Amino acid sequence: MELQAVLMAAGGGSRMTDLTYNTPKPMLPVGNKPLMWYPLNLLERVGFEEVIVITTREVHKMMSTDPKTKLDIKMKLDVVCIQEDGDMGTADALRHIHQKVKTDILVVSCDLITDVALHEVVDLFRAHNATVAMLMSKAHEFTETVPGQKGKKKTAEQRDFVGVDQSGKRLLFMANEADLEDGLIVRRSIIRKHPRMHIKTGLVDAHLYCLKKAVVDFLAENKSISSIRGELVPFLVRKQFSKMTSGQKRMDDTETVDQKNDGLTNDDLFFPSRDEALLQLAQERSCWNDHRGDMSEAYHGGKLRCYVHIMDQGLCYRVNTLSAYIEANRMVSHMWFCHRSAHFVVHPLLMLHFVFHPQMGSDSMIGAGCHVADKTSIKRSTIGISTTVKEKVKVTNSIIMHGVTIEEGCNIQGSVICSNAVIGRGADLKYCLVGNGQRIEPEGDTYSNTKKSILLEVSVTFGLV
Amino acid sequence: NVGILIRLRADSHCHIKNEDDQWQIKEHFLTPLGSVVKRLPEHIQVDDPDVLKKLAKKLERQQIPRRLDYGYKVSLFSHLLQYSRKAPLTQQLSIPSAVIHPAIVRLGLQYSQGIVAGSNARSIALLHAFKQVISDYTTPSNEELSRDLVNKLKPYISFLNQCRPLSASMGNAIKYIKKEISNIPSQFKEDDAKKKLLNCIECFIEEKIVLAAKAIAKSSIEKINDGDVILVYGCSSLVNHILCEAFEKGRKFRVIVVDSRPRLEGREALRRLVQKGISCTYVLISAVSYILPEVSKVFLGAHALLANGYVMSRVGTSQIALVAKAFNVPVLVCCETYKFCERVQTDSFVSNELDDPDDLIVTRKGETQLKDWQQVPRLGLLNLVYDVTPPDFVDLVITDLGMIPCTSVPVVLRVKNVDLL
Repeated sequence: MELQAVLMAAGGGSRMTDLTYNTPKPMLPVGNKPLMWYPLNLLERVGFEEVIVITTREVHKMMSTDPKTKLDIKMKLDVVCIQEDGDMGTADALRHIHQKVKTDILVVSCDLITDVALHEVVDLFRAHNATVAMLMSKAHEFTETVPGQKGKKKTAEQRDFVGVDQSGKRLLFMANEADLEDGLIVRRSIIRKHPRMHIKTGLVDAHLYCLKKAVVDFLAENKSISSIRGELVPFLVRKQFSKMTSGQKRMDDTETVDQKNDGLTNDDLFFPSRDEALLQLAQERSCWNDHRGDMSEAYHGGKLRCYVHIMDQGLCYRVNTLSAYIEANRMVSHMWFCHRSAHFVVHPLLMLHFVFHPQMGSDSMIGAGCHVADKTSIKRSTIGISTTVKEKVKVTNSIIMHGVTIEEGCNIQGSVICSNAVIGRGADLKYCLVGNGQRIEPEGDTYSNTKKSILLEVSVTFGLV
Repeated sequence: NVGILIRLRADSHCHIKNEDDQWQIKEHFLTPLGSVVKRLPEHIQVDDPDVLKKLAKKLERQQIPRRLDYGYKVSLFSHLLQYSRKAPLTQQLSIPSAVIHPAIVRLGLQYSQGIVAGSNARSIALLHAFKQVISDYTTPSNEELSRDLVNKLKPYISFLNQCRPLSASMGNAIKYIKKEISNIPSQFKEDDAKKKLLNCIECFIEEKIVLAAKAIAKSSIEKINDGDVILVYGCSSLVNHILCEAFEKGRKFRVIVVDSRPRLEGREALRRLVQKGISCTYVLISAVSYILPEVSKVFLGAHALLANGYVMSRVGTSQIALVAKAFNVPVLVCCETYKFCERVQTDSFVSNELDDPDDLIVTRKGETQLKDWQQVPRLGLLNLVYDVTPPDFVDLVITDLGMIPCTSVPVVLRVKNVDLL
């Protein structure tokens, strides 16, 4: 067996608590499918037959029992439940399933929606015998207005600095802005080996990693690493350029930022493949080199290699903020048009009252079991399963989740309405986020130009924000 | 375009089993060597639709995807395959490859991307991958290891062939392995059989590649005198090894490395020699007639030695040999015996390899002239990989069996065949 797939579905969605306080993040509906359907579908399309899913008990229950969130995945899912309140990072979760891991693994996060050709990432991993291969994508600006945000000000996102070599494939440097208090320090050993380095900041990490089995074994021994993205990958990237043996004097490493793991040398992390001597013989006789201009052999003789595939075209979204969630809903309906196994945009179980055909834009998605009355106008929106939309309702640019009732005459624009909410007659909502099970009173006018409102637990009366 | 084949008793027929174990009526062809010639390989008959159909059927049966041709081919070479490096075969495979062993997928990728290049490197990497395959192999019930393992290897070989056409050295290595597997006695237990096979592979590499290199280096050092100026072409692992050994033994010489586009392999040879401390000069092949008056010997590596004495090597080698002959400079070819091939060829058109045409596109001063070459009608980019050098231009072949003239290659082959039988 070549690769085992691991899906991390235990994340809390801490950056979009408005949506996730009731529904766990892996089960949030995007285009009327639970969020974790997308990475599972990606894995199924490329040919995986089984996936290890690390999730919480709540999500597991929802996966198997909830009829609305049916997963029509044909792969075998090996679900491993972990405590939801425990402070388990992604690397801790890998340590937890260490016994199940028999070969190299492909770790995917549940909030990844992408149409990447996965063989590009895996080919880098295979061809160069890499220790880690990851996927990144050029970040797109989110253009939709987000409910709850004052103006267009974005929250201060910590930037990631990613350094790649000239070919754009080898990962030389990775650090988050939060770790670089004194400025960006690049080791002399890196510059000596790769004099031309491109540092990029506008990249989105897709949280898709191919890791060698030996890395998982290494994690099992070193319990100090708890997050793949935050600690393991930067650690491996740094270790590519550390000294070969511990005996040598560390002249270049006086500027090392992080000291706690430097007791390990490159030798300890050298993960030998089977029959290393023969591979070495083949490489010596091959007339190929990955760089030129200096006297060293291919890969500078380094055994630990990190590669990255940077997508510049195609979809790649990580749904971990509200704006990403809204953007993903928008894009998903486009994806489905191009997808060969087309899903019904209008579900066959939809009941329409055929007096006047409701106006439905071709970029909307309507789930199963919906009642949509006539004289409604639905544009660029996603409507979930079992919702009821009465007459004369205008829905534009919105996301309506499952089981929502929208009474007559409502006007909903740019909003997110969570499951089981009831929007009273004649309500006018612009750029709002209505939480689970909320009721908007009839004639409720929660519209405001400058303030975008979010309505949560507390029951709402007219005009309360 | 078949070459030298003498057809005797044209009206006689005989039943011959082909490699798929199916009885087939074939006319019996005899060559001067007295052995039976199999049918032409498919990869040089790409313009024949029947052959393509048969190949497609065979690949479908083995569940291997077929790699598609890319770009307009020059008409003289339209019978050869031309692939693009940007469309790897793994695009059509499932990601955790179930049909093909992961080591073979990795090897195929490394071949098609050029990470493992060079005849010796490819053979060693192939044998390494086969060792993994054999270690992971388990005999299914009701099957014999000697027959089942050979059948298991066939789709892998087709896959590797699709990634990049097999070299002559790889072909000989595969023949050797298949023979060893078929000769496993049936009473062997599986573990013993596997251990024996792994041992055989290691012996093959040790004897035919490593020790052969040592023997060739020992013979060649006698031919290198102090004060010599040696010309080498491209990056041949064997020639580099010889020069490094000679330098270590204390011979004083300098090297001229000749290089050619688009591969520019000479840079790698230059790096290895300079790292040792040998003083080198670097020129492109267009300057070879300028530099030849300084040269005292030419050392060339070979991809394969054909049965009629022709040397098949990197494209440009025959050019160097021709110019060297014109300047009366001795040309020595270094080649291990496992690269000797029973094929016969007199020109470089019949059987060759076409590399990715996009390799010829180069950007100078921000301008890429050939960027849209596919739009220009009837414009073909030709990127040949091999060419054949006639034996008149080669003065000596240094092998692990000694120093022989080019025309003695059929003798060596005959001796080898007797050994194998």
